[in-house]
Amino acid sequence: MVSTLVFAAAVWFGITSSPGWPRVRSSFFDVHTAAEAFPAILTGLWLNVRVLVVCEVLILVLGLGIAALRTLRGPVWFPVRALAVGYVDLFRGLPLIICLYLVGFGLPGLRLTGIPNDPVILGGIALVLVYSAYVAEVFRAGIESVHPSQRAAARSIGLTHAQTMRIVVVPQAIRRVLPPLLNDFVALQKDCGLISVLGAVDAVRAAQIAQAKFFTFSPYVVAGLLFVLLAVPCARLADAAARRLARREGAA
Amino acid sequence: MPVRTPVLLAALVVAGLCAAACAPADQNDKAAPATGVPTPGQGACAPAQLHTLKAGTFTFGTDEPVYSPWFVNDDPSSGKGFESAVAYAVAGKLGYQKAQVTWSRVSFNAAIQPGPKTFDADLDEFSITPDRAKAVDFSAPYYDVAQAVITVQGSPAANAHSIADLHGVKIGAQVGSTSYDAAQNVIKPSQQVAVYNNNDDAKQALGNGQIQALVVDLPTAFEITGAGEVQNSVIVGQLATTGRPEQFGLVLDKGSALTSCVSAAVNALRGDGTLAKLTDQWLSTAGNAPTLR
Repeated sequence: MVSTLVFAAAVWFGITSSPGWPRVRSSFFDVHTAAEAFPAILTGLWLNVRVLVVCEVLILVLGLGIAALRTLRGPVWFPVRALAVGYVDLFRGLPLIICLYLVGFGLPGLRLTGIPNDPVILGGIALVLVYSAYVAEVFRAGIESVHPSQRAAARSIGLTHAQTMRIVVVPQAIRRVLPPLLNDFVALQKDCGLISVLGAVDAVRAAQIAQAKFFTFSPYVVAGLLFVLLAVPCARLADAAARRLARREGAA
Repeated sequence: MPVRTPVLLAALVVAGLCAAACAPADQNDKAAPATGVPTPGQGACAPAQLHTLKAGTFTFGTDEPVYSPWFVNDDPSSGKGFESAVAYAVAGKLGYQKAQVTWSRVSFNAAIQPGPKTFDADLDEFSITPDRAKAVDFSAPYYDVAQAVITVQGSPAANAHSIADLHGVKIGAQVGSTSYDAAQNVIKPSQQVAVYNNNDDAKQALGNGQIQALVVDLPTAFEITGAGEVQNSVIVGQLATTGRPEQFGLVLDKGSALTSCVSAAVNALRGDGTLAKLTDQWLSTAGNAPTLR
């Protein structure tokens, strides 16, 4: 405890007495610009949260669907499996920012009727495409971690492949991959802001606008703190989920 | 570990003190700002006396990529394009030969961050505002800029004849630009202004119909519409400025000893007509841009 305090004091003293500290403080920790930028950043964060929730639901559904497709056995399903593998390879490898540009500026550029023109919707599509590929792999790892004997046992009592997956395999798989899923969720929380390249004003973009107005980085610090605040409950949730899982597995 | 802990703590404290005491002094402390009106190229403003990044050379900063008409072919060292020409003219007034001028490519963030800069002066269409001047030094202004609205034929904005006509139009602008401020504060649109990383993205959005009008500075407006960078694009008009005109200045480190000399050079260039000549040469005003009120 004492050592922590002394260490913190030493670091604090070291930073604040450095020759550049007054400049750094006025650039990164200027209360006036931070306060000025706060309402716009908060409005932007609300957009982040809405995009996050809607996209996460779609990602979980799509990801699980793709993972399930990859579990199909038999040569007749080869094209479907190949498609699922191709999807994951493509969208896990494609940098998100490039996917955003392709979807966000490319799709409307086709000028087809029915294609949305809203940057938030277009950006959301790109996020779902990329993140579903990641999440599909997380689900697949979970599905494959369920011991084959369980699958065999389920089939031997007369369950179909679909029933086996739904009743026996997937529930166990989801429990096991909950921590990595929450990890991806937190990553998505931060990547949601990238839709701003298409014209939407999210928290980070709102901070950037204020930064350009005042030439200080303080609005970014405000946005950063808000993102941390958003991520902390998720981290605790992940911890709790992992503990619960450990208890269950231990008891089994 | 009854003995080691205090030793470790002492070491940490010493390290902390050392970080403060041993750190290099802020470079800005050593050169006192010149007093009075300096003469560029002479006395305290002669190359031999100027504390530039590299002695004997003047380093200009600008972003990458840079665009016409400010720079030509993304090559600042060509002397072509308005800001490139201004940079060499400023250096010339200060007594530097063309070969003594170097360029450093500096992103927006790197230009305004609080640490040591990689340039002596940066020109990248930075508009001078009192808020910004708290974080960096600005030279005397080298260009008075107007903001303009462009659109594509057939867009609702194409028939606008006043600022009020643009009120309901979906407008876009580049982030960090005073064009964004103008879109927000002069037009006061009913829909949120779409903000793009750069004008390339914004032009794509305008061409796609994702926005109905784009606010850029007037020379850029002439460039986009004149060079056909966006198909069928036209200038709706320029936005009437209220109060002080918007002006571009060179950006220098806050408290830079060079600021007064660079400002003196810019003022001298205005006084002898060089700035007006370079403006005529590089910033075409061919085309029609009625003032919107």
